[in-house]
Amino acid sequence: MTVAPGEPENRSDASAVPVASAVAVDPGSPVALDGVDGAVAIAGRTPWQIVMRRLRRDRVTMVAFGASVFFVALAAIAPLLARIGILNPDQTHPELVQGLGSMPEGLMGGVSWSHWLGVEPGTGRDLLSRIVTGMTTSLTVALLATLFSVVVGTIIGIISGFAGGRVDWLLSRSMDLVLSFPSTLMLLSLQAVLVDRIASIMGQPSSAPPPKIAFMVLVLGFFGFPFFARIIRGQVLSLREREFVEAARSLGARRGRLYFKELLPHLWAPLLVYTTLVLPANISAEAALGFLGVGLNPPTASLGAILNDTVSYALPDPAYFFFPGVTVFLLVLSFNLLGDGLRDALDPKAGRQ
Amino acid sequence: MADTSGATVTTSPSARAAGERTAYLDVRDLKVHFPTDDGLVKAVDGLNFTVERGKTIGIVGESGSGKSVTSQGILGLHRRTRARASGQIWLDGEDLMTVTDERLRELRGNKMAMIFQDPLSALHPYYTIGSQIVEAIRVHHSDTSKSAAKAKAVDLLGLVGIPNPARRVDQYPHEFSGGMRQRAMIAMALANDPSLLIADEPTTALDVTVQAQILDLMRKLQAEFGSAIIMITHDLGVVAEMADDILVMYGGKAVEHGPVNDVFYEPEHPYTWGLLTSMPRLDRARLSRLNPVPGNPPSLINVPSGCAFHPRCAFTGQVPADACRAAVPDLTAAGPGHLTRCHLEPATRAELFASEIKPRL
Repeated sequence: MTVAPGEPENRSDASAVPVASAVAVDPGSPVALDGVDGAVAIAGRTPWQIVMRRLRRDRVTMVAFGASVFFVALAAIAPLLARIGILNPDQTHPELVQGLGSMPEGLMGGVSWSHWLGVEPGTGRDLLSRIVTGMTTSLTVALLATLFSVVVGTIIGIISGFAGGRVDWLLSRSMDLVLSFPSTLMLLSLQAVLVDRIASIMGQPSSAPPPKIAFMVLVLGFFGFPFFARIIRGQVLSLREREFVEAARSLGARRGRLYFKELLPHLWAPLLVYTTLVLPANISAEAALGFLGVGLNPPTASLGAILNDTVSYALPDPAYFFFPGVTVFLLVLSFNLLGDGLRDALDPKAGRQ
Repeated sequence: MADTSGATVTTSPSARAAGERTAYLDVRDLKVHFPTDDGLVKAVDGLNFTVERGKTIGIVGESGSGKSVTSQGILGLHRRTRARASGQIWLDGEDLMTVTDERLRELRGNKMAMIFQDPLSALHPYYTIGSQIVEAIRVHHSDTSKSAAKAKAVDLLGLVGIPNPARRVDQYPHEFSGGMRQRAMIAMALANDPSLLIADEPTTALDVTVQAQILDLMRKLQAEFGSAIIMITHDLGVVAEMADDILVMYGGKAVEHGPVNDVFYEPEHPYTWGLLTSMPRLDRARLSRLNPVPGNPPSLINVPSGCAFHPRCAFTGQVPADACRAAVPDLTAAGPGHLTRCHLEPATRAELFASEIKPRL
């Protein structure tokens, strides 16, 4: 349930009644029935308002939401910050890594006012700048891959669930096939061939970041779509028997309208929840791949690439390993908690005590 | 199956062969079967009826007698992967069973429309009433501008008696009361002036006072547009008020079919007798209990042999040689335009009706 610990549900609060009968006394509301002498108008609350109220009461989810927004916003403005010189991911500071084996001098890997998270061993680049720029790359990959999965998964899921019969069989078995592939292994083995192919299509050298990003988006997205397609298919199986679908058909609606105007509005809640759950999975997948050396090459900052680099310094400079690791952890955790909270808030059947 | 051989009200076999059409809607030997794991469900099994423009036919029967499947069959709403439909459905000279899916889609909502039982579940909860009517108009008239369609939606809502339609048009289904919703549903069905209106238990979800208003409205609109109406219901009061003809269905087949007064005042089939005697009456001294038809509706997978009604019929003893169990009775003429499917001899039937049923009506 959505009520945060320490915040007992107020029984007299109108919001404590279930969704179907949620009403609140609100004289100023535009939906108030007019012309009733002396009667206090009753205002309906939209499902969206109910969800927002539930979310606002759930402190964990609100914190996770704030953190997610913060990370995404930071990642979005990182290139701008780098351009105006607040972040300097590529500037080396040899003077700061004078320790034994070019280790950074000072506490926690050289934490100081000018370098909040310390500096990289060897080059002396600012770690905070590296992490934030890396986050931009990693989130881009994760978001695009998730978007790919959502779009493909929704379309395939709706078609599969609505068409039924042989079409459904064929699509469902194809999804089973995709799911039965060991995706990490596929990534490792496909990358050599596919990255070159994508690079030649994009007209760029295969060592440049864009072909690698495209490769990771395609592969992560492709292996992620069956999760969405299956959930959507299940929803559509029950939705297609609902009377409003039959009513739309009896009015001569075309397939496209049935799919995207009758069914899709009923699917956004599961889509939203699974998006927020698949997104962190893709972030950690990107980090894991970078860690294994499959992802982006070290000159480009990405969380995976940074983590890969930190391994060799894990013992002499644990702080260098610690900060990027914690970043990935917080990113994944906040998106996961947000997804959980959304699922609770969007479920009209969620318990109320 | 020996049902189509009986007398038909409308067309002779030779007229059919020549493609002659006498009625606006002419349903001939309609069968809708669903293959399931448990066996073949014969939801509708050889149904014949006709409706003229401006006329109403009432299809009456218990739950699971095939009423709604018939209406869905006419609109072609059954999935071809799951249902097997056969027969002919002539609408204004076109056989709906043979036209393409695209043509059928063009006809749905345009020439024929359906009013559903529960408007709350038949209206889409995410869109305003107005946008749903606009969509219903524009799906068939894509050249109509959105504002023109919306103006028409307001007109339609006014036509079906919704007060303040200009404001109501932008509200959602949950902001409407039950009767209002059914009116909106009717407005949506009328959006393209359909000449065939199928009402599938249009008043079942409504309370009695609203029921009367909705029926009045449908009658008024029928007089205005000259639509043919198929009224599907299990409420005999509703058909008595609305219908010109009545078709009583049992186990996927018609058991009695005739003009409304004949069926109500001179019912021929024991099942119709049962329906009529089980009706509560306000204008009579109260009987101690209502008289239900004993037993349950038959399973459509395993329809009883012979006459499907025989396990529940009190008069099987009057039929010689156990024919009720052995043979499916034909639909035979019992009067002008009045058909029934019963093994009882007409004379016996008249005698039984006069002695046992009439006093209880």
